[in-house]
Amino acid sequence: MVQFTLPKNSKIGAGKTVPAPPGAKAVRTFRIYRWNPDEGGNPTLDAFEVDTTDCPMVLDALIKIKNETDATLTFRRSCREGMCGSCAMNVDGTNTLACIKPIADVSGEIRVYPLPHLPVIKDLVPDLTTFFAQYASIQPWLQSETAAPMRERLQSPEDRAALDGSWECILCACCSTSCPSYWWNGDRFLGPATLLQAHRWLTDSRDEHTGDRLDYLEDPHRLYRCHTIMNCVAACPKGLNPAKAIAEIKKMLLERQS
Amino acid sequence: MRFRSPLRTARGLGSARHGVNAWWGQRASALALVPLSIWLTASLISLAGATHAHFSAWVGTPVNAVAMLLLLGVAFYHLKGGLDVVIEDYVHTEWRKRMTRTASTFAVVAAAAASGFAVLKLALT
Repeated sequence: MVQFTLPKNSKIGAGKTVPAPPGAKAVRTFRIYRWNPDEGGNPTLDAFEVDTTDCPMVLDALIKIKNETDATLTFRRSCREGMCGSCAMNVDGTNTLACIKPIADVSGEIRVYPLPHLPVIKDLVPDLTTFFAQYASIQPWLQSETAAPMRERLQSPEDRAALDGSWECILCACCSTSCPSYWWNGDRFLGPATLLQAHRWLTDSRDEHTGDRLDYLEDPHRLYRCHTIMNCVAACPKGLNPAKAIAEIKKMLLERQS
Repeated sequence: MRFRSPLRTARGLGSARHGVNAWWGQRASALALVPLSIWLTASLISLAGATHAHFSAWVGTPVNAVAMLLLLGVAFYHLKGGLDVVIEDYVHTEWRKRMTRTASTFAVVAAAAASGFAVLKLALT
């Protein structure tokens, strides 16, 4: 059966508290999920009081903690401008990119957890192996039997516009890990991020494998676990609409039967 | 240690190649239930305080009998689809899922048969 409570070894205990240095201004408290595989045991929620004067975004504060307070704090980050998707995590109860989440948007203590319902590698770093394997399984590349032309494969402006809303996805996994269906059935349900990309290739005017792609998706678990809960739309830090793409795939499957 | 690639796990047993009919069936039956439910609610209000004989006469008319049977058929079909989705969502052990779905199908078909029989008995006697 589905598990509604955390397993014993995942229950979160109280952690350490690191007070702000004397003279700190604009102090905010960050409660951060910590778990170290080398130490084992249960995860804890550590409190860090941070001078946020020069930290507009949540990621800035995490980097400041790592640089100045606790070098063992582990998280992914790269571009720091919402383009790479590395710093996806759960901030203040919503999956988002820490680098574009303003601290000022959160009132009170700032709670930072890893993306929900994934195995944790360490602290805020989740294991995305299955997520990326599912993405690879939809074969996210152009497939065409027609011999490649000597120049670019042409698209009309309208055909190109059909890809808007899909190509902007940075595969941060905020949407998939906010989806209850993905929590309960993440081993078989492909999840909103992968299905958004599946739709991207289904609508690409240059791709010739639309039928094969639909065959792969037509499955009670792979596609139809989506119950339009819409958490994916609420979570997407890029403002995309995976739920609409999933609805479009369902419409395409219906269309090819009628 | 399971020496299997993540892609093998993601692909699993492959696509079941069905699901669109179950999905559309849920929507179509929901749509059909809108007028049928309005009709049933209005009828029950107008029948408030009716005697058994009065009710039998009402359900004995062809339009009411057919509408009632349609309502029951569509409602139980919709119920069956809904239960399947809930079971698929929340029951993960394969044998338990299979048994729960089979048991729910038996229960829904039995309830539909009993309801249909009740309507026919009232309408035809």
